[in-house]
Amino acid sequence: MRGLRGEAAIVGIAEFAPVRRPDRTWMGLEAYAELARLALEDAGLGHDDVDGLMTGHLADSGGLFAPGHLTEYLGIGSHFSEVVDLGGATGAGAVLRAAMAIELGLCETALCIVHTLPRPKNPTGGGPTFRMGAWGSPMGEFDYPFGAVGQNYAYAMIANRYAYEYGLTDAQRAKVAVDQRTNATANPKAVFRDPIDIDDVLNSPVIVDPLHMLEIVMPCFGGAAVVVTSKEKAKRARHRPAYIVGGGEYTTHLSVTYDPSFTETPIRAAADRAFAMAGVKRSEVDLASLYDCYTITVLLTLEDAGFCGKGEAGKFVEEHDLTYRGDFPMNTHGGQLSFGQAGMAGGMSHITEAYLQLTGRAGDRQLRRCDTVFVHGNGGLMSEQVSLVLRGE
Amino acid sequence: MPKYRTTTEPLPVPTPVTQPFWDGTREHRLLLQRCDAGHVFFYPRSHCPRCLSNRLEWVEASGRGTLYSYTIARRPTSPDFEQDVPFVIAVVELEEGPRMTSRLVEVEPGEVRIGMRLEVVFDDVTDAVTLPYFRPAGT
Ligand SMILES: [Zn+2]
Repeated sequence: MRGLRGEAAIVGIAEFAPVRRPDRTWMGLEAYAELARLALEDAGLGHDDVDGLMTGHLADSGGLFAPGHLTEYLGIGSHFSEVVDLGGATGAGAVLRAAMAIELGLCETALCIVHTLPRPKNPTGGGPTFRMGAWGSPMGEFDYPFGAVGQNYAYAMIANRYAYEYGLTDAQRAKVAVDQRTNATANPKAVFRDPIDIDDVLNSPVIVDPLHMLEIVMPCFGGAAVVVTSKEKAKRARHRPAYIVGGGEYTTHLSVTYDPSFTETPIRAAADRAFAMAGVKRSEVDLASLYDCYTITVLLTLEDAGFCGKGEAGKFVEEHDLTYRGDFPMNTHGGQLSFGQAGMAGGMSHITEAYLQLTGRAGDRQLRRCDTVFVHGNGGLMSEQVSLVLRGE
Repeated sequence: MPKYRTTTEPLPVPTPVTQPFWDGTREHRLLLQRCDAGHVFFYPRSHCPRCLSNRLEWVEASGRGTLYSYTIARRPTSPDFEQDVPFVIAVVELEEGPRMTSRLVEVEPGEVRIGMRLEVVFDDVTDAVTLPYFRPAGT
């Protein structure tokens, strides 16, 4: 299989701790600049090293001309710029694009930055708005009028269909939230750090059948950045480089109604490509860093990324300890369910945690051995899928 | 006046391409599109999503289908639906093949089962817009 040769590496990260009520506001450009500064410091690289830029949208410019605004504001010359628009998979998609551009020689050191932070209130009123469901959007016309609004309903329907086809108990789903919370107790940056048990999850209110409140991510504010660079520069980075040895991406739909199958998800196509490209076996993975907007998302990812067979995810999570002390460490930062979902930065948290673990900097939750990490990002309504295989060397 | 919901927002705003579908629901007919290769699809588009043909015709659906999946919204999915909870959001697999998003009506949430047979029922929400909902077949 052609693809990445594993010659680009993550060498630095930055992350604002997710918060539910921020104590300050940021213009989008200001947050991009601060995250860039912190990530480059972590990498041991400088401003002048940067020649590539992958970002989320820029609200300041009404969503247009983000690379122009950003290169000007940050004072960098970018040989490869991209606004990545893959929802929750934006972080993983940004790192994949950075690795591609670096291996092709289009640029050498790329910043991947995403954030969701409150902007100052415009004193003259108005301001840029992002609105889904605008006129001409099929979702606005054929989903919203029926109350099919947001994400919760979609994942609830996926959970119901999965349970219908394969059987799945509420307690099996809850196990994911419980083990991830145990991980969060060892992460000072996590929003939710009080231990919970299965009953706590099942006694929390049902929001959309069958999903309970503790199975659904809490929207937060935050931001994260990752520095990706060439092998040559990675050799003089401050920390152990994490080479991007495999990547895969797949998108087929936005509205869940048009997801070809609710149970055979597009995750499989992304993950299989990433593993094949990396030449890495599932059993070699030391940490699974899996997008977890909902408990059901994790269960489907475990199956479709190949960690267990179809229909076996419920049993798999029952039989394995998913904590940092366990036999199948997963989402050691607490996952977004406990760490908090800071918009697009939520998906990036699965990469920043991977890099902390690969460099031995994960504190109390540090894995004894962590050389190979599988990262998966999921966007929209089980829509955009990006998988990465990272190797510390 | 809507029969099955308490507000008239949000409503679909038809485009020139989708207008015939909404003209159909106003006449209590459920219309799908078919391309010259025979692919039948929903939602309405300018091109067939299986072959990109732009030679399309409207065909009337039977209005029958089965429930592919559903959820019961216990909390409003948006402020517009505050008065409607609990309500059942559904993905219906039409007899002709395509799926569509809708709401189940005339059924207790606890009685809903994936795979149950459904039939379309039309709700004249405003003079201009009629929404297609579904209820258990033979209700
Ligand atoms: Zn066709």
